[in-house]
Amino acid sequence: MQLESEDSRQDPAPRIQQESAASAAVAASARLQGEWTAARLAEPRAWAAIQRALKSLTGGATASVHWDLREVQRLDHTGAQLLWNSWGRQWPAQLELLPAQRAMLERVARYAAPAPVPARWSGIRLYLGLGEFVLRVISHLHDGLLLLGQLVIDALQLLRHPSRGPWRDFSGHLYQIGATALPITALVGFLIGVVLAYLMSQQLKLFGADLYIVNILGISLIRELGPVLAAILIAGRSGSTITAQIGVMRVTEEINAMRVMGIAQGFRLVLPRVMALALAMPLLSVWTILAALAGGMLASDLVLDVPPSFFVLTLPDAVKVSNLTLAVAKSAVFGVLIALIGCHYGLRIKPNTESLGQGTTASVVTSITVVILVDALFAVVFKDVGI
Amino acid sequence: MSSEPPVSLPVTEPVVEIEKLASVFPTAGGEYVVHQDLDLRIEAGEMVSIVGGSGSGKTVLLRQILGLEQPHAGRVTVLGRPAARLSDAGAASRVGMLFQHGALFSAFSVLDNIAFPLRELKTLPDALVRDVALLKLQMVGLDLVHADKMPSDLSGGMIKRVALARALVMDPPLLMLDEPTAGLDPVSADGFCDLLRSLHQELDLTVVMVTHDLDTLFELSTRVAVLAEKRVIVSGPPLEVMDFPHPFVRDFFLGPRGQRARVLLQEPPQAV
Repeated sequence: MQLESEDSRQDPAPRIQQESAASAAVAASARLQGEWTAARLAEPRAWAAIQRALKSLTGGATASVHWDLREVQRLDHTGAQLLWNSWGRQWPAQLELLPAQRAMLERVARYAAPAPVPARWSGIRLYLGLGEFVLRVISHLHDGLLLLGQLVIDALQLLRHPSRGPWRDFSGHLYQIGATALPITALVGFLIGVVLAYLMSQQLKLFGADLYIVNILGISLIRELGPVLAAILIAGRSGSTITAQIGVMRVTEEINAMRVMGIAQGFRLVLPRVMALALAMPLLSVWTILAALAGGMLASDLVLDVPPSFFVLTLPDAVKVSNLTLAVAKSAVFGVLIALIGCHYGLRIKPNTESLGQGTTASVVTSITVVILVDALFAVVFKDVGI
Repeated sequence: MSSEPPVSLPVTEPVVEIEKLASVFPTAGGEYVVHQDLDLRIEAGEMVSIVGGSGSGKTVLLRQILGLEQPHAGRVTVLGRPAARLSDAGAASRVGMLFQHGALFSAFSVLDNIAFPLRELKTLPDALVRDVALLKLQMVGLDLVHADKMPSDLSGGMIKRVALARALVMDPPLLMLDEPTAGLDPVSADGFCDLLRSLHQELDLTVVMVTHDLDTLFELSTRVAVLAEKRVIVSGPPLEVMDFPHPFVRDFFLGPRGQRARVLLQEPPQAV
């Protein structure tokens, strides 16, 4: 055996000095050195070497190995657990170690946990999962219905005593949801108007029906695209905010604090948001329509030489006013739905970060889906109006 | 041949050394000085309690030792390196922190919370990480059945225990505690104190804690450091510190609560 220098002993990398058995009568020996701690063991090179060494020592015929831990500079529970596991969760026959190391290994031995039982796949599990899904859907519908009923009661109460209404909250939400959304809705509306006008103009030129650009843009933007575009933007922007606000209030028990003060959460949290969105949504939708028409006018002028003055003059003949009425009414319904869905998911949030993220996502996805579903419903019901 | 005894680590070096620390916070009306010329030295194996009135900067000091906050001036050295570099990779093997409210990752189960620092090393196999995490879970006195629970399903005492297991999973030599028994009922608080004392002995830990609870303070600390007048006015064994002539010390230890705790400390329960 060669003599080691003091330097190599100080080396903190965990390692095993092996000596194979000289004869069948003498056991092989393993001297452990370095720092056997989680941080040192996790260094990839050290870990690979240790793995190899432990495998060669414990596997195969060399069942009796003389283990010597006395030169280990530091041993932590991870190192001790590693050794214990590689010894097959029992004390080796020949072992030399310091008292502190023995104490640590004894602790590992005392608390050795049984191996986990892997979950088995089975049909019944799938069946139960389906049941859970159905129950979850029912509970969502149930809560949603309660929320809607409470909203109606609160609205009636507000009509009876308008002076007691949550007007300050209402105006705050109106600003947050409505006024601050003006730039983004205008930008998106304008660009959609431009794109639509360009695409249409290519087709209309083929038929020489350039002037019908006013009809096409007017009907599609005012009746469908404007309201839906605004609603989708607001669902993403304000629906998520509502869910996150109410969710955090639940996590921090603010909602419980309100409840014990005798302040109704429906009246103070849900109602002002619903009112604000019911008012802001139609306004934003008209604003988006105007921006989109401006974009369409610009593109028509550039591509088809249809001047804006002609566009403005023919628009009243091409699009009946009832289309605008429909758009405004639709938007108010969208606003109420977005607010209700946001509040619904916010009130279901459980006190952990994961639930907050999932709830916010679910709220946005649901409100966008519902907006499009309800829009289709409107299209079917009012198919004879305004066209 | 290897006949000489194994290399021992140097024991003379302090675990935490704070020199000439100054902390200044900007406020609306100028600056608010929390610490000035604060010196504190914590040796290996000690269990030091930092006490002080509200706003005396105990938690700020704790955060500075952890490297979460930069001091305005002065030097904070932890385990031989500047505290600001403490949160570099591998920090979990140098210092463990028990936050006042546990700060468990709410999206992870108990077991995954404890295993998190080990798993982040990316090298150790899952089975080993799981074994070590379960070992720590049992070392803090929790049953295996709690391993798969989520933090939101745990009681306050259990959250503290799980957080302690997570803080200790890589066996750091230094453990920091922020109000370890706050919010626990008396039985849980006593149990948690017993656990901390036994772990302190078994694992050779150096413990630094901030506490308001006099029972915890007398039961655990080998030394008390009192923060007042922007510095450490006195530090020493609890009974010596109590006799230090300073208004804060008198109010803190010799108020009605302090008197009760002192009586309990000096007169062990007698059989009647």
